[in-house]
Amino acid sequence: MTGDLLVQFLAQGAQMTFVLLIAPLAVGVVRRVKARLMRRQGPPLLQGYFDLAKLLRKESVIAESASWLFRSAPYLIFALTWVAAALVPSFASGLMFNWAADVVALVALLGAARALLALAGMDVGTSFGGIGSSREMMIATLAEPAMMLIVLTLAIAAGTTRLAGVADFFLAEPFAVRVSLALSLVALVIVALAENARIPVDNPVTHLELTMVHEAMVLEYSGRHLALIEAASHLKLVLYISLLICLFAPFGMAPASAGVTGWLIGLAAWTAKLLFGAALLGLWEVSIAKMRVFRLPDFVGIAFVFGFLAILLAFLTRGVFA
Amino acid sequence: MIHAYQLVVLAPYAAALVLVAIPGYRVGAVLNVLASAATLAAGLWLMVSQGVVGEYAIVDEFNVVFIVINTLVGFTTALFSASYIGHEIETGRLPPGFVRFYHAMFQAMMGSMNVALVANNIGVMWVGLELATLITVVMVGLYRTPQAIEAAWKYFILASVGISLAFFGTILIYLAGQPALGEGVPAMTWSLLQAAAAQMDPAILDLAFIFLLIGYGTKVGLAPLHAWLPDAHAEGPTPISAVLSGLLLNVALYALLRFKMLVAGQPAALDPGPVMIVMGLVSLIFAAFMLYQRRDIKRFFAYSSIEHMGLIVFAFGMGGPLANFAGLLHMAMHSLTKSGIFFAVGHIAQAKGTQRFADIKGLSVTHPRLAVAFALAVIAIAGLPPFGVFTSEFLILTTTFAREPWLALLPAFGLLIGFGALLLRLQGTIFGEPVGPAHRVDASSVPLVLHLLLVLAAGIFLPPALVAWFQRAAELLG
Amino acid sequence: MNQAYEISHLLSGAMLVTSFALLYQQRVAAVLNAFAAQSIVLALAVAWAAWSSNRPDLFITALIAFTLKGIVIPVALRRTVTRLGIHREVEKVVGVGAALLVGLALTGLAQALVVKVASGTASHAREELALALAIILLGFLMMIVRRNAVTQIVGFMSMENGLILAATGARGMPLVVEVSVAFSVLIALFVFAVFVFRIRERFDTVDIEALDRMRGDRR
Repeated sequence: MTGDLLVQFLAQGAQMTFVLLIAPLAVGVVRRVKARLMRRQGPPLLQGYFDLAKLLRKESVIAESASWLFRSAPYLIFALTWVAAALVPSFASGLMFNWAADVVALVALLGAARALLALAGMDVGTSFGGIGSSREMMIATLAEPAMMLIVLTLAIAAGTTRLAGVADFFLAEPFAVRVSLALSLVALVIVALAENARIPVDNPVTHLELTMVHEAMVLEYSGRHLALIEAASHLKLVLYISLLICLFAPFGMAPASAGVTGWLIGLAAWTAKLLFGAALLGLWEVSIAKMRVFRLPDFVGIAFVFGFLAILLAFLTRGVFA
Repeated sequence: MIHAYQLVVLAPYAAALVLVAIPGYRVGAVLNVLASAATLAAGLWLMVSQGVVGEYAIVDEFNVVFIVINTLVGFTTALFSASYIGHEIETGRLPPGFVRFYHAMFQAMMGSMNVALVANNIGVMWVGLELATLITVVMVGLYRTPQAIEAAWKYFILASVGISLAFFGTILIYLAGQPALGEGVPAMTWSLLQAAAAQMDPAILDLAFIFLLIGYGTKVGLAPLHAWLPDAHAEGPTPISAVLSGLLLNVALYALLRFKMLVAGQPAALDPGPVMIVMGLVSLIFAAFMLYQRRDIKRFFAYSSIEHMGLIVFAFGMGGPLANFAGLLHMAMHSLTKSGIFFAVGHIAQAKGTQRFADIKGLSVTHPRLAVAFALAVIAIAGLPPFGVFTSEFLILTTTFAREPWLALLPAFGLLIGFGALLLRLQGTIFGEPVGPAHRVDASSVPLVLHLLLVLAAGIFLPPALVAWFQRAAELLG
Repeated sequence: MNQAYEISHLLSGAMLVTSFALLYQQRVAAVLNAFAAQSIVLALAVAWAAWSSNRPDLFITALIAFTLKGIVIPVALRRTVTRLGIHREVEKVVGVGAALLVGLALTGLAQALVVKVASGTASHAREELALALAIILLGFLMMIVRRNAVTQIVGFMSMENGLILAATGARGMPLVVEVSVAFSVLIALFVFAVFVFRIRERFDTVDIEALDRMRGDRR
């Protein structure tokens, strides 16, 4: 029993470490794919690690008007995001923390991180930070309800809000095309794009004051603070890709009873799917243009609409009203 | 052996095909009248022939009433338009090429209305109504003035929305009938549906009836959905106004009544009566008040049509043999009187060259005979004795009073309001100093006189055979 | 059976999504594209119903939907629109966001209404019906919130798409109706086209509001 617990603990620890370690690589893949599609050489795949290492070594410059919030926010944001990322089942569904891997908890953790970031953005009192925070909140007000609706749709289908339970359900279920699931997939992709500040919602490589959202908030950060925030945003990307994988393409994931071999297979499958997802993201970002900020509510609104439709259809299929 | 109901449908369509090929408007007009006369003959033949219940057609006492009114008014309108349209060509309002088109469309419209009336299949019934609607849309836009196009556009949008909702209701009826009658044509056949009504799911019937009421109610011109009606009446050619008010509204009402009979067959479903009573009363009272603000003579009488359709729907909503009888009678009387009024209005508009009340004054000085005819027609529609409209209105009010004394006050109130407006406008147009031009009137007055005589005859003496026939139809209505 | 159901459900759901796309689009050209997409999905849905429930007559309806509403009408309307030079702007009564929200409410209403009312019928037919009703109501909404004549036409035809979907969903509904629906749509288009051209002849806009200023009573 104790040995079992130890294995479980190790496996969970392995997932936490693994998520943290692979995150910069995933971002590297996205950048690389984009660069190659634009016929540029592009940064090396491991550039994310180099950047983080460089930033960690540098001194952190803090504005005079910054309060304790500004200094503590990066640590909290990093911690919250890391926990959230560790909750999402990646290579196995029966891990130790999985009982806590409730989608509602996930949304709450990410929401807390976002609120901290927005506060920190406003803390110094520069106008860019303010713009960034207000835009971020505008997007969040639409993206979060959409996220909750998607979650509910899946919960209705699977009968649980536990991610592992949902994944198990879809693993066991024979493959079938369902409208509500297709809609929630699209909605979740839109939410993921918005949350991760990707094109067309935000452009992660630009610092153009008219359009930037995420970058505007973190403009004042430097050194190890910036490193933590960067790492957190990498983690968030991994989190969303694994969430999509876990919910819509869970094949290969080790079931609760699997042993070490099953875990290894699951790990390989997950890594492959993650990197494939990152490559797809790169392809997507190259093929479309950034939207005007004023159009953003409409775009993120689509996610809300789709989430709502998905839940209606799910109700319809189950005849809940009847 | 060809049956009369086939002739009623085929004769107008055949005539439409021939009329498209005839360039001269005089020949076309004569042929139009002849074809309408043939259809009328077929309609009258239906009165004496056997009833039919086929897969696609049904002929019973109830729809024969509608068919006879339809073909009769169709014939007199053809007669009227023959002389009226000639005048329109001379004054240059219509290019001659359009008239050929007009005659063919007129026949196609009559044919489509008859399709809706004889159809035993609820899908075919819908198709007939939709075709008739689309054709009238084109006719309303015939003059191609900005106002006419606006009216036609508005009519088109509202009518197609209504007709789409009605189609959805039709699908729902099919779904309701499917468990009892099986898949395919039987579940769309009205007579079979009615026989099986008691086995249908009441909830689906409720929903279906709501859709059908809104859908066909739009075409009947019931109050919240009436916006198209005054514009369409005012801007189209006058014969079309007469046909719209006198016939198309009836056909839509007929469809609604058929479904009412169906829903009434399932006691667990919602009772259509109160819904129809409310909609009828709202239309009646609303239209009566609106009459006072009209400045355009055709628009004015279009609102009067809404008022009377409201009263008819109210009567059918009350139900029972007597109220149904009164409703049918009032519908017949209204068709005859209102189309007669539009003929008179056509004369007036040609005499004065305008449709505005402000420019129509002192008709008794300039056109005495027309003034008398118009006055008689308005008195008839206002519900004064000795005309038939009085009889039917009286019947509706007394039967309501016998059953629900308080409820009877509302239609009486609405009718009185409308009565005031009618007399007010009548006085303005007939008396006073003549203003504006006074042209000679070329259009034939035979249809107008014919209609007035019929309404008068019905007011003085209703033949027992007619009464018996209407009573049987009223009983079918339940 | 189960798979047949899944696929028809997917196609109807896709039609509903295109209905929302119609509401979401801002440019006339994009609206026409969305409409064409909806019609093609409709054609697929009808064809699937024809194949899976073995009713070859429905293929005709599918074919009509595909060629006429999927290709001919959008192309013709686009030509008209380009010639009139109105292919960019769409006048709106309410904003996109509000329209989408109202659309959601209508969809919810349709579902609640049909599911509650038609609880006796087979769940398959019921869901088709609920989706079709939602599409009809959304077409209706589009006609209300868009002031432009061309988009109103599209709204109307989207309503017709919903009707055909409903008719297909009602199992065994006779062909008479479907052909006639298609036929009426043809006539409707004819009428519409005439109107669009006439409107162009008389005014410089196909904006319905411009027409409303000419109301007879206020002359």
